Amino acid sequence: MGLEIIKPGLLTTLQDKGRYRHQKEGIITSGAMDTFASRVANMLAGNPEHEAVLEITLLGPTIRFTEDQLIALTGADLSAELNGEKLRLWRPFFVKSGSVLSFGAPQSGCRAYMAVSGGFDIPQVMGSYATYLQAGIGGYQGRALQAGDFIPCNSPTATGIALFSQATGTTDGHDYLAATWTPDPQFYPNYKPNPTLRAIKGPEFELFSDTSQEQIWKERFQVSSQSNRMGYRLQGVSLYLNEATELISSAVTFGTVQVPPEGKPIVLMADHQTTGGYPRILQVVSVDLPILAQVAPGQTIAFEEVSLEEAQQLYIRQEQNLTQLAHAIHLKHSK
Amino acid sequence: MKQKDMQLFRLYPLGDSAITVQFGDSIDEATHTKVRAFSSYLDRHPFTGFREQVPAFNTVTVYYDPWQASERGFYNPYTRVTEQLQHMLKVARENGKGTKPRVVEIPVCYNGSFGPDLEYVARHTKLTPQEVIASHTRGKYQVYMIGFAPGFPYLGGMAKKLATPRKQNPRPRIPAGSVGIAGGQTGVYPIETPGGWQLIGRTPLRLFDPNREQPSLLQAGDQVKFVAISEKEYWQRKEKSHGA
Repeated sequence: MGLEIIKPGLLTTLQDKGRYRHQKEGIITSGAMDTFASRVANMLAGNPEHEAVLEITLLGPTIRFTEDQLIALTGADLSAELNGEKLRLWRPFFVKSGSVLSFGAPQSGCRAYMAVSGGFDIPQVMGSYATYLQAGIGGYQGRALQAGDFIPCNSPTATGIALFSQATGTTDGHDYLAATWTPDPQFYPNYKPNPTLRAIKGPEFELFSDTSQEQIWKERFQVSSQSNRMGYRLQGVSLYLNEATELISSAVTFGTVQVPPEGKPIVLMADHQTTGGYPRILQVVSVDLPILAQVAPGQTIAFEEVSLEEAQQLYIRQEQNLTQLAHAIHLKHSK
Repeated sequence: MKQKDMQLFRLYPLGDSAITVQFGDSIDEATHTKVRAFSSYLDRHPFTGFREQVPAFNTVTVYYDPWQASERGFYNPYTRVTEQLQHMLKVARENGKGTKPRVVEIPVCYNGSFGPDLEYVARHTKLTPQEVIASHTRGKYQVYMIGFAPGFPYLGGMAKKLATPRKQNPRPRIPAGSVGIAGGQTGVYPIETPGGWQLIGRTPLRLFDPNREQPSLLQAGDQVKFVAISEKEYWQRKEKSHGA
């Protein structure tokens, strides 16, 4: 069983939680931009967390299912339709063989995630399914999907089948059947356009001028059109150091806000390089990275200071919520 | 913490899921020996919640999962990881003494089309091409860090007289294996990329191979020795390295 790609969409790639343990070899982590939505997609499809999911960017693909399949769609609302009928997000679906999934105009957010129960039948490279576009490895043949691709899928998991049996009844003339339940949205990140993101001071914060230190918390920045999975370039006020300083390169990470000499900040995203030498003014907290991942070019963002302790408490709370969600799903399928 | 230890390293957070350990303020072998000792100790002794570690010139950045590291919210994750790292820093320092770096020989063909900028480098440095090759192969190079691209080594130790500025106009494509000079640095391109380095030769070895157990040929802390080979040897070794 598998997916036939009729139209590839703008940028559709296979991703997972990321490729760890090889950054010391210069190999980037890659992985889903919105790790919250991608993890929940897997949970709803009854998959373990490490399975690959499709990351769909702004203009979605057109996909034909060659067999009956259990799927879940999360993240951005990109006007998903099954055989022309609008699909609701954040819940498991049963789709009939031959059905066609398509997307329309983006309604909110930037990236949608699709999990298939059982996962995709693709090889892991260096312990991960994630597509590393620049090096051409991982995912489906190391690249974004193209028209005519056939992405093989595994059989649905027992959990997926059990989960789905909760949505019993007939397909009632429809070509799909949606589960009647969905996770409590209060667990979701605070997805919204033009968000304010929480951040802690970066290692070089104090090297910036007093004006720049104030501006980074006060001003809004526009996400430029030159933004992608590697990083978001921000337009707005320019930020400067007190005095020009040559830094010795060291590690950078997802959410690092670095400032090159011309003064326009860049937020590093999932495909960031492993090391860098620009001063790091801020670090966006982990739990707000999914919100940032859903920001499309042209929108504005602002930053709000939190302490490291708060950032880590938020992280722990989110994991507690996800654990609770996993339990709730488990109860559904063991009923 | 004792005053003495304070001078040896500094810890600071890189966001909520990483801590950077900084040894010294400069690029030198003594600092990097500490980086290497700690980096390899960490890989052999992962703590609860440890994700990975990235050594650089004077730092080791330690990535962790705050949820796991805090024993699912029981401890303060930063404090917890910091305490463990401080303990490990002491042990690693004592264990790390006397470990010898691995020496990796990299065969390089400096001839004709493989080194299109060799003549330019020779003119710029006022040496003959043979003298450039002799100096480049005489050096022992320290791998300080792998970054920029998969398997790309930042090498220290090139003879100062070989320093040559980058090309004004970068080449759109540099073949994998190209050996180049940029300013006071020398390096090898692991994958085909655009770049502005002056190319003086090419190695038949694959510096990056995702299907190898250790995808990057070089690791931070290794020492590199370049060995000049003929074009014939280049093609023989090339076939071997692709000969699966």
